Amino acid sequence: MAALLSVNHLSISFGGLRAVDDFNVEIEKGALYGLIGPNGAGKTTVFNLLTGVYKPDEGRIFLGDRNITGLSTVEINQAGIARTFQNIRLFKDMSVLDNVKVGLHNRYPYSTLAGILKLPVYFKTEKEMDEKALELLKVFELDGESETLSKNLPYGKQRKLEIARALATDPKLLLLDEPAAGMNPNETGELMDTIRFVRDHFDMTILLIEHDMKLVAGICEALTVLNFGSVLCQGQTSEVLKNPEVIKAYLGD
Amino acid sequence: MMKMTKQTRRDLITYGIVIVFYIVMQLLDLAGILSFHVKGLLVPLCYYAIAAVALNLVVGILGDLSLGHAGFMCIGAFSSSLFSVTLKDSGFPAGLRFFLALLIGTFFAALFGFLIGIPVLRLNGDYLAIVTLAFGEIIKNILAAVYFGYDEEGLHIAFKSFPLQGEGKMLINGAMGIQGTPTDSTFTIAVVILLLALFIVQNIVRSRTGRAIMSIRDNRIAAEAVGIQITKYKMTAFTISAAIAGTAGVLFSHNTTTLTATSTYFGYNVSILILVYVVLGGIGNIRGSVIATAILYILPEMLRGLSNYRMLIYAIVLIIIMLINWAPAAITFREKYGISAYLARRKENRTPVSDMGSGKGGS
Ligand SMILES: Nc1ncnc2c1ncn2[C@@H]1O[C@H](COP(=O)(O)OP(=O)(O)OP(=O)(O)O)[C@@H](O)[C@H]1O
Ligand SMILES: [Mg+2]
Repeated sequence: MAALLSVNHLSISFGGLRAVDDFNVEIEKGALYGLIGPNGAGKTTVFNLLTGVYKPDEGRIFLGDRNITGLSTVEINQAGIARTFQNIRLFKDMSVLDNVKVGLHNRYPYSTLAGILKLPVYFKTEKEMDEKALELLKVFELDGESETLSKNLPYGKQRKLEIARALATDPKLLLLDEPAAGMNPNETGELMDTIRFVRDHFDMTILLIEHDMKLVAGICEALTVLNFGSVLCQGQTSEVLKNPEVIKAYLGD
Repeated sequence: MMKMTKQTRRDLITYGIVIVFYIVMQLLDLAGILSFHVKGLLVPLCYYAIAAVALNLVVGILGDLSLGHAGFMCIGAFSSSLFSVTLKDSGFPAGLRFFLALLIGTFFAALFGFLIGIPVLRLNGDYLAIVTLAFGEIIKNILAAVYFGYDEEGLHIAFKSFPLQGEGKMLINGAMGIQGTPTDSTFTIAVVILLLALFIVQNIVRSRTGRAIMSIRDNRIAAEAVGIQITKYKMTAFTISAAIAGTAGVLFSHNTTTLTATSTYFGYNVSILILVYVVLGGIGNIRGSVIATAILYILPEMLRGLSNYRMLIYAIVLIIIMLINWAPAAITFREKYGISAYLARRKENRTPVSDMGSGKGGS
């Protein structure tokens, strides 16, 4: 069976800088996979390539059997990839609930006219969306704050809300860009539990970027290490973290 | 579920304010207190409020700056007047004629909003503002220069005057514009349309479409990442906004017999005036647009007697409204003591104590 995500020979340059150079990875369905590497290694750029924010100079991306190379961000989301952002990007002047409901947008359709006229389908669909959104928020213990404007949430909860919003699009693959950034050890521990729960509960495949080695060693089954845009090492987490080159890249940083 | 009622209550208060204002004006009129001059301000007040509500959909909800809305009013005004003038002497029932005129003005403004939106909405920020401003001016200037009429040889359109052969009529007469539009606009119809505009915009904001539009405003990249089609929803907001501005234009042109495309009525200064109403009423605050328009439109007229001090007082009021709306302390105060908060408290107080144990209040 084909892997859920297969990336072949992915490359992109910005001016003279080869930000990602011949990146390859295979991620099986249900995996919890880590992408690590020093600052500026090209990790976020890989996410941007996977989600169509940048078009690759070379290489191909398959989600299951489907070639999604060159599709737009919207099409890629509809194909089944959702993400969070390293620097949080919430809909800040919208409520916590509405942030998740934007994520549900394509799964619960009704026309603009039905919304203006408040036809029965409007009330019915909105109710379903409210229920679904609250169910998701509950997973992240945010259901008590559904009315709060998302910009007024504390930092750790904002990161969780981003994950809830991404899950609302019902993805096959979830990309998390440094989900634990700015969290204290307690919060990070909780987050690890939540990520595991999301994988099991939603039957999700997760690819995450992280600097926190404890988190990576704690939850990722396999890793790819990027350094200066190229793959330095790839494999089982325990093996990779023992690799002398990886240790050198991190200590030399 | 509580949230639904809270938002619905907010929207209902907005309609309530408009209706109360309407009733008060009608009562004052019956009592003979309203001067002829003040009565003449009521329809204009409504169409500026409608235009402000329309503009708020683009500026406040979509988060894009448009300075061309006077252009859409202009299209609504001219297309509908053309229709009404043509039908005026044909014995067509006046009520139906005005109804159709409203539809026609709205439709053409929507069409132009859509067409202009295609290139323009790719731009961001200042560029969008400048290009919409330019489009507004182009529309106004074309309509101020065009000659359009019919005679025995058919329809003619040109940018200089031309003689009519035999029986015929000049419909748009260059800078002289359209003469003889029937004055069908009444305060009652204008208020009904204002309520309709509020209904449309407020319901959009509460709907799936509105959330998509606001998500683009708040974070375009994140919106795309969750599958929101940016162009589709920008176009939706812009087209609906242009359409409503067009309806305001119909009210305008059917409120005077002479319609000319001059800067006073359709220039960018009018677009900016409407933007001032929107900004001072609170960006994204639909009710605020209506209230700000009412205060800022009526005020200078009230102050006419004070000639020299008029603009001074106007400026001071602008600053005060600005402070009331945007100062953090004022915002907190409003959240605590505003109409919505007051009604919410009353509702809570009315909930019987015995219900408290079961968690949910009735009604
Ligand atoms: N749009 C862009 N234009 C030019 N250079 C870019 C662009 N995006 C990324 N880069 C460059 O590509 C390199 C990789 O950046 P990237 O953000 O992917 O690193 P990262 O591994 O996510 O680092 P960090 O751990 O700091 O988040 C950096 O040198 C960055 O400056
Ligand atoms: Mg990064």
